[in-house]
Amino acid sequence: MAVTTAQLVDWLERYAGVIAEQKQYLTGLDAAIGDGDHGINMDRGFQTVLVKIEPVKNKDAGTLLKTTGMALVGSVGGAGGPLYGTFFLRAGAALDGKSDVSREDLVSALEAGLKGVVERGKANLKDKTMVDALTPAIARAKARVQEGASIGEALSSAAEAAETGMKGTIPLKALKGRASYLGDRSIGHQDPGATSSYYMLRTLSEALAEVPQGAKTATS
Amino acid sequence: MADVTTATRLKKLINSPESEVKDALAGMAAAHADLIRVEYDPNVIIRKDPPKKGKVGLVSGGGSGHEPMHGGYVGLGMLDAACPGAVFTSPTPDQMARATKAVDGGAGVLHVVKNYTGDIMNFEMAAELARGEGAKVNAVITNDDVAVQDSLYTAGRRGVGVTVLLEKVVGGAAEAGYDLEKATALAKKVNANGRSMGMALTSCIVPAAGKVTFEIADDEMELGIGIHGEPGRERTKLRAADEIAEILTSTVVKDLPYKRGDEVIAFVNGMGGTPLIELYVVANAVNRYLQKEGIKPARWLVGSYITSLEMAGCSVTLLKLDAETTKFWDAPVHTPALRWGV
Repeated sequence: MAVTTAQLVDWLERYAGVIAEQKQYLTGLDAAIGDGDHGINMDRGFQTVLVKIEPVKNKDAGTLLKTTGMALVGSVGGAGGPLYGTFFLRAGAALDGKSDVSREDLVSALEAGLKGVVERGKANLKDKTMVDALTPAIARAKARVQEGASIGEALSSAAEAAETGMKGTIPLKALKGRASYLGDRSIGHQDPGATSSYYMLRTLSEALAEVPQGAKTATS
Repeated sequence: MADVTTATRLKKLINSPESEVKDALAGMAAAHADLIRVEYDPNVIIRKDPPKKGKVGLVSGGGSGHEPMHGGYVGLGMLDAACPGAVFTSPTPDQMARATKAVDGGAGVLHVVKNYTGDIMNFEMAAELARGEGAKVNAVITNDDVAVQDSLYTAGRRGVGVTVLLEKVVGGAAEAGYDLEKATALAKKVNANGRSMGMALTSCIVPAAGKVTFEIADDEMELGIGIHGEPGRERTKLRAADEIAEILTSTVVKDLPYKRGDEVIAFVNGMGGTPLIELYVVANAVNRYLQKEGIKPARWLVGSYITSLEMAGCSVTLLKLDAETTKFWDAPVHTPALRWGV
């Protein structure tokens, strides 16, 4: 079952909604170990995304995600802007020109996005960053697709893995970003970037789960 | 509606957290129309006179809330452009890419970047964009804050007070015709010869957050504070200014280390909420300490030049001088916040 641009738009709208709802929570997580602006910055970014994607909602998935990436790069600032911006730019580049995205295409796009994040931020697993949520989640999505699961099932498993990865950042000592200055004092706090990354995968899973099996939404 | 509530509760001179940066930029543009012009979306403060052919462009940027850094340093003998981000949030690559293009006189552009994860990544993306359009771009990273551990296990030392001194010295050199490689080498030398440490008496309030960044009791101070209210080395009981100045200065001196016979610029900086009279009290103690150690404060800068909104507190920066650094520190400068020799 192909994923449509409309579903990806639904994803971005859901994600923007969750970020807006959780703005204070994310900012609170960041205040504990960072500089206390993650929720504010991400919300500003996704409100911009909602405006900027309006003219490209009927275009291909690559254009949609690249537009999202550019909107984030140009509006979020901080570390979140380049990292989430790069994620969507790379994922979009992997889906260039595609309106019907296969399960495998989508997983490849997520992998390309993650690769971009790792290159930009130079974080390793267990550094207490968004990579700790994204890496196990995208690996799980890939494995489930290879086993023959539907994209909805695969992303549902991925969201679970992201949640586990997010919670797994709590006992870690931060080795990247501003939280690293705290050393041992960063232990016991959940990483805000891993949290917003979990929301990203959970909303993607929701957007893909809600389309009934066999029903294909028309795109332009 | 929410904005009005927030602004009232915050008791700040703002109209709304969202409009603060743009309102202030428009104010700067009006007040310093002889020196700078401001472009919006992307927000960039640019030197009024057009890029000089053959002169290296100097671009810096960072979160807003540290005024007069960086916009106040745009002008003759200092920066060619500055990119203000949201309060305490790094600017975005489109801003630095625009600034780079606007000031490139064909001799290349040097980015001055403070060592924060976000700033580094956004400037890297901007440099990639600008190089894609054929510009020659180098970057120098400032990381002079001795309060944070520099190791493989942290993001490294933060860029603080030395950034201001570097922008002046390298700006002077660029004005004098240094090429991109020479300007880059000088910038690296200045950063390597400078060290800083700060402290806070009170917290700052980021308007969009609407509350104090950290809680601190009336009889406490935070030693080693960053310029965004990030925690430092130690929370401790408040002491007399002389003692505080000695802690900051001795920590800075021992770090490089500065040695007997060295000449330095001594820079006593206010964090935004501390009056100048208190900074001079600190300067007096810094001077006494340096004299005792046989270090000569050959130049001084005392005032609030790299701030953290309304935070009360100070930082002490030392920069070791040599003939080249002294020459370009003394060179003429004419910007909204620094002016001498013209």
